[in-house]
Amino acid sequence: MSYSFKVRNINYHFADLKTLLAKASPYRTGDVLAGICADSYEERVAAQIALADVPLKAFLNEAIIPYESDEITRLIIDSHNVTSFNGVSSLTVGEFRDWLLSDEADTAALKTIEAGITPEMAAAVSKLMRNQDLIAVAKKCEVVTRFRNTIGLKGHFSTRLQPNHPTDDLKGIAASMIDGLLYGSGDAVIGINPATDSPAVVLNLLKLIDTVRQQFEIPTQSCVLSHITTTLQLINSGAPVDLCFQSIGGTELCNSSFGINLALIDEAYQATLSLNRGTVGQNVMYFETGQGSELSANAHHGVDQQTVEARAYAVARKFKPLLVNSVVGFIGPEYLYDGKQIIRAALEDHFCGKLLGLPMGVDICYTNHAEADQDDMDNLLTLLGVAGCNFIMGIPGSDDIMLNYQSTSFHDALYLRKVLGYRPAPEFEQWLIKQGINDTNYKNRNELHEFMGTDLKKLLTKISGI
Amino acid sequence: MSKKIVVSDPLTPLKEFTAARIAIGRTGTSIPIKETLQFKLAHAHARDAVYSVLDVEGLVGSLKTLNLPLLHLQSKALSRHKYLKRPDHGRQLDEASEQQLKDHNQGYDIAIIIADGLSAEAVNENAVDLLKILIPNLQSAKLKIAPVCLVEQGRVAVGDHIGYGLDVKLSLILIGERPGLSAADSMGAYLTYNPRPGLTDESRNCISNIRPQGLKAKPAADKIFYLVMEAFKRKISGVGLKDDLIIGAIGH
Repeated sequence: MSYSFKVRNINYHFADLKTLLAKASPYRTGDVLAGICADSYEERVAAQIALADVPLKAFLNEAIIPYESDEITRLIIDSHNVTSFNGVSSLTVGEFRDWLLSDEADTAALKTIEAGITPEMAAAVSKLMRNQDLIAVAKKCEVVTRFRNTIGLKGHFSTRLQPNHPTDDLKGIAASMIDGLLYGSGDAVIGINPATDSPAVVLNLLKLIDTVRQQFEIPTQSCVLSHITTTLQLINSGAPVDLCFQSIGGTELCNSSFGINLALIDEAYQATLSLNRGTVGQNVMYFETGQGSELSANAHHGVDQQTVEARAYAVARKFKPLLVNSVVGFIGPEYLYDGKQIIRAALEDHFCGKLLGLPMGVDICYTNHAEADQDDMDNLLTLLGVAGCNFIMGIPGSDDIMLNYQSTSFHDALYLRKVLGYRPAPEFEQWLIKQGINDTNYKNRNELHEFMGTDLKKLLTKISGI
Repeated sequence: MSKKIVVSDPLTPLKEFTAARIAIGRTGTSIPIKETLQFKLAHAHARDAVYSVLDVEGLVGSLKTLNLPLLHLQSKALSRHKYLKRPDHGRQLDEASEQQLKDHNQGYDIAIIIADGLSAEAVNENAVDLLKILIPNLQSAKLKIAPVCLVEQGRVAVGDHIGYGLDVKLSLILIGERPGLSAADSMGAYLTYNPRPGLTDESRNCISNIRPQGLKAKPAADKIFYLVMEAFKRKISGVGLKDDLIIGAIGH
């Protein structure tokens, strides 16, 4: 079906829903690169006005990527919950935006419609929303997940401790890990990006985190972010796998470029569940996404990068993840050029994910060829904190020496907890208090390392001697 | 006011195990000014490297001793802003440059390309030292070397484009890598056997982190020379060649 809107004497015509969504998207370099962006400011707003009048039902009748050729479209359509959708089924996209912001749409009401919203509906409405709208609605959503602790409760805010090292050196990783733990980081997960996908290396990293976790009885979970096939192989050989990680995209073609499909993810999901390692819950998956991956893999089917990103959330929600992380600024300036585009994209991803019922976190980050700096990250960090983001990354001094990009530091998370009054995951907070670590100002950190033993170097040698 | 505002860090002894910014202390819960400024300085170096310009005059001067003709080429990305937004433009040459290639298509074996990439500084500082070791080796191996191409606003794949235009069997591009906070002057080398437009990373071999504090010029040149000779011998490059080399290394 085609759509149009006339402004003064120009009749803007949009051939189909896919085109309308692309033209209605806020400006970003990736859509320009794909050649699908609005040609003028006026065309963009004309598309947004036309989009506001599209009934939500239209998204169930017109697939933006054909049902026959894409398993994610099939997943979206086949798993759509009509009962949940009933509450909003009579609305247009514009009316849906107004409803989301209304007092009627409280936390419980949003939970009720969750399974009735498709990624395309979420993406569409986000294009009509200003940054403050994206924050206000996301703030009302509460997505709580559990493994060895409880993540996502209102008033709480967690971090993934990310102690990467360029050569996967165990002592180097352990040193960053201890630094982070003593700043109260790591309640979402202690998660390492390995420099190599070799199963032997990944196994050693898993053992390292597991040893530290058990020795100090830390109520958190570990993850080494290897390819899902490597994780599966390790599970089958009895490795201590808490969470199964995978990067995912919003099209079958993109996922195939990652070497995955829904059946493979399901196999790994079932295998991880079968280990039964969670103590307070069984959310065992950790997914990462980010706008631009589909275009980068030449697998976007002409769909704008924000809409196709939201489709990745359909993949995520099928497997009840503990954590979903949009690695927003990692992709580079040809997709998200500057701080303004990165901030907007992060708020969209967080909003869409939350609306679809996902435990969204954001890797608040940038590369050195993007027009962005730590001030932009401070802005985004504060905005996401207000929006109730479930977790962010904790990296020593914001500088990831393995992945060569800048994210958020242990200190950044403490800033947010301080200015917004947030607390860590409850079980983790209890552990911190028990160890004498927690204190709003981390005043006692100088004495704190004593709980780990006074000779830190010896400790390091011991825990990395696996 | 107390004299000592910044709280020193008990984890300082652990710094020897990693270059990560651990044990940086705190004021309140914030990073102390000294560390904050060190971080900003590293980022400034990286940003300046992204906007640094290929030193054509300097490179031409330094390469004179090698007695090779030089071509000065330009990609389709005419500015740094365009380069950052349109990687596709950085992979192709502008029309005048295309014409120059046609004029020099004379049955050479290997094309050597120097491109700014994401850090012109990296090639300005590291390309000449490497070529002074590599080129005599290639000449001893009786390989006919095409005019050395200097490319402004070039991406890795422009090397394949040029190799195809010059109709050589192998293209080697030296290019500035994306600057990190720890190094802004890191040069990469990519080689492709049977180069042509449209190839992707799996068709190339990469040697990364070439700089005085990383992989030094001599070992880098030796490694590249070895890969070039293997590529000519096996008539392949990329994933296949790399795997064979690893197996070979284990076998010996």
